[in-house]
Amino acid sequence: MFYREVGEFKTSYRSDQQTFPIALDRTGFLVTLAFAFVIIPLTMSEYWAQAVFLPFLIFGIAAIGLNILTGYCGQVSLGSGGFMAVGAYSCYKLMTGFPDMNIVVCILLSGGVTAFVGLLFGLPSLRIKGFYLAVATLAAQFFLVWMFNKVGWFYNYSASGQITAPEREIFGFIVTGAKAETLPVYYVCLVMLFSLAILARNLTRGAFGRKWMAIRDMDIAAEIIGVNPLMAKLTAFAVSSFYVGISGALLFALYLGAVEVGEAFSIQKSFLILFMIIIGGLGSIFGSLVGAAFMIGMPVLLKNLLVTNLGWPGDIAAHLEFMIVGLLIVVFLMLEPHGLAMLWRIIKEKLRIWPFAH
Amino acid sequence: MKLKHAIIAAFTGVCVATPVLADLVFPALTYRTGAYAVSGIPQADGYSDYFTMLNERDGGIGGVPIKVVECETQYNTEKGVECYEKTKGLGALVYQPMSTGITYQLIPKASADGIPIHSMGYGRTSAANGKVFPYVFNYPANYWNGASAVVNHILELNNGNIKGKKIALVYHNSGYGKEPIRTLEELAKKHGFELSLLPVDHPGQEQKSQWLQIRRERPDYVTMWGWGVMNQVAIQEAANIRFPMENFIGIWWSGSENDVIPAGAAANGYKALALHAPGMDFPLFDDMKKHVYDKGKAAGSGDQIGTILYNRGMFQAILAAEAVKVAQKMSGKKDIGPAEMRVGMENLKVDQSMFSSLGLPNFAPNLEVSCENHGGAGLVAVQQWDANAKTWSLVSDFKPTDKDVINMLIAEDSSAYAKENNITPKCM
Repeated sequence: MFYREVGEFKTSYRSDQQTFPIALDRTGFLVTLAFAFVIIPLTMSEYWAQAVFLPFLIFGIAAIGLNILTGYCGQVSLGSGGFMAVGAYSCYKLMTGFPDMNIVVCILLSGGVTAFVGLLFGLPSLRIKGFYLAVATLAAQFFLVWMFNKVGWFYNYSASGQITAPEREIFGFIVTGAKAETLPVYYVCLVMLFSLAILARNLTRGAFGRKWMAIRDMDIAAEIIGVNPLMAKLTAFAVSSFYVGISGALLFALYLGAVEVGEAFSIQKSFLILFMIIIGGLGSIFGSLVGAAFMIGMPVLLKNLLVTNLGWPGDIAAHLEFMIVGLLIVVFLMLEPHGLAMLWRIIKEKLRIWPFAH
Repeated sequence: MKLKHAIIAAFTGVCVATPVLADLVFPALTYRTGAYAVSGIPQADGYSDYFTMLNERDGGIGGVPIKVVECETQYNTEKGVECYEKTKGLGALVYQPMSTGITYQLIPKASADGIPIHSMGYGRTSAANGKVFPYVFNYPANYWNGASAVVNHILELNNGNIKGKKIALVYHNSGYGKEPIRTLEELAKKHGFELSLLPVDHPGQEQKSQWLQIRRERPDYVTMWGWGVMNQVAIQEAANIRFPMENFIGIWWSGSENDVIPAGAAANGYKALALHAPGMDFPLFDDMKKHVYDKGKAAGSGDQIGTILYNRGMFQAILAAEAVKVAQKMSGKKDIGPAEMRVGMENLKVDQSMFSSLGLPNFAPNLEVSCENHGGAGLVAVQQWDANAKTWSLVSDFKPTDKDVINMLIAEDSSAYAKENNITPKCM
């Protein structure tokens, strides 16, 4: 009934290779876009924007970034929190150092700075693999957080060691600082996520992505067929860090406004992003977004259900939240180790042949 | 047609009528879970118990009932922002974030929304300059008063001469812990002592290396800016290296029963700063018992009553309630909003006769807030722990701190903030 290729005739390579080859999928994608660009901004309340949508958009970018590295290139990284901090602090330095610079340029440049730092920390990946690489990136996480705490230059020697985003506007709308309005901030984050997701999709199905996947599946075989592991791994680190850095810059400048590195970019963030891609599905852009939505939305939904609707005390709800989210993660991974994206793929396959069994 | 009109009229009636019936809403951003729960629970209990008592005894403040809305933040800034967004629409009068990190986060947001913040004894110290931070209050004392009070106490112990002495600061490696450093550095220059800094990372359970360093460097005094589980670990570690407890002085956030009891007898003699008197020896607790505890309406499990941080939470609630009274008197309205609340806080005056009438004689020093000074008088006392009797007791009066150094630093920091954010300092 659904998801049928029947009657769809592709007459060019272009239409055959498109991201959504099935008409229903294309419509679904356009409907989602219309929802994200028109309906949600019109209907969302301040609370939902601040508690769910903005963090989802921002962490969605980080999840795509980590998925490029871990899901597509097979390099485990626990340093995402540290790289987000690089993005945030370079954004802060650019914003305060060049007050006339457009905020979008600042954010993109912060991504660039993070890509460079990621490249440096990616160098060990040429020698070490698997768990050992995870430990090396863990060192990056701790080193970066320590550095931003220790070196006063990064936080302009402020007394508390905090960084605070000054006011900047885009097309006359204030998007950072105290007077920032939610709607323009939402649109900036949405456009960022949308364009970066498209970029990621096109990177991963092009030559770069194929090289990354070849390295992931078997690095020696990849080397024999002519993939340069140095280039493949380092580009994966750079592109991934670029995404994570942009996400960190957005989190600081547009969402939190003031940041303290030890708390905002601790190891918890690295795990959060890793959980997002594990639950969402490794090696899938769609999975990154679903995983981000799950990890951001679930605690808020549970809190609202238990505290606001059922009137439970906040502390019991908070403890239960840990247990329920943990349990859900375990259950999901037991039922579908390849994540929510795989679940979606299976549903699509089933729908394709429905109502018949084969 | 008539029915339609009637329905519309009824509907609008309901919509308009609702705000009139509104309560005085006090959001409480609490943390009863996580690494800081040990400090967060007693404070949250005290805060909401006092308001419960006012509701039960007086039917609220000026006849308007009080509603405390608790929201769990886990001492996490992102959750704190979520809580702020969730509660600000309910008609919140004042935010008491109970966390320096969340306070920093909320200062720009709440200032833009026109809701006052009271960060009592924490938060951004330079917010004491009300011309730059009209919506932020940190009376009765701030961290820089605290830093100066520690140094003053050490000066007193050494007959006014601490040249060449070594003082170590063990601090939570966050905005909170870093706050006193600037002042301590200034004071080190002024009095000629040597300052060494020992940061402890969140959550503070691992402090072996810091205390090894203290054992090696042998500072004469150690002062601490700690919170949550960090406090008990530090006091235990100090006991382990046999550091003389009477030379170990914590900030007022590092001096509660929960911090010293785990170290047992070894914690005897540990000192901490105090903003108010410890204990339950006040007539107010009779009312609390009658109207709250005996009715089973105490917040939490009710096992924190009368502890230092419980009293601190109560003190926060008392100052908020008094500010409401001032606001009600000044605006002539009973059902005030955040704007009136801000004016009430700015004109708050608390003296000993007021404390007596509240049933808290000699509970805390006098306090006067003004537009220029949102930080109060900055009077701080020192308290000491008696491990045998398991009680804290004040060992000094509430004394003034080094105003010259502090006011200079406040002016410097707040004008830097004003410049960064294009604020023209003025009284509202």
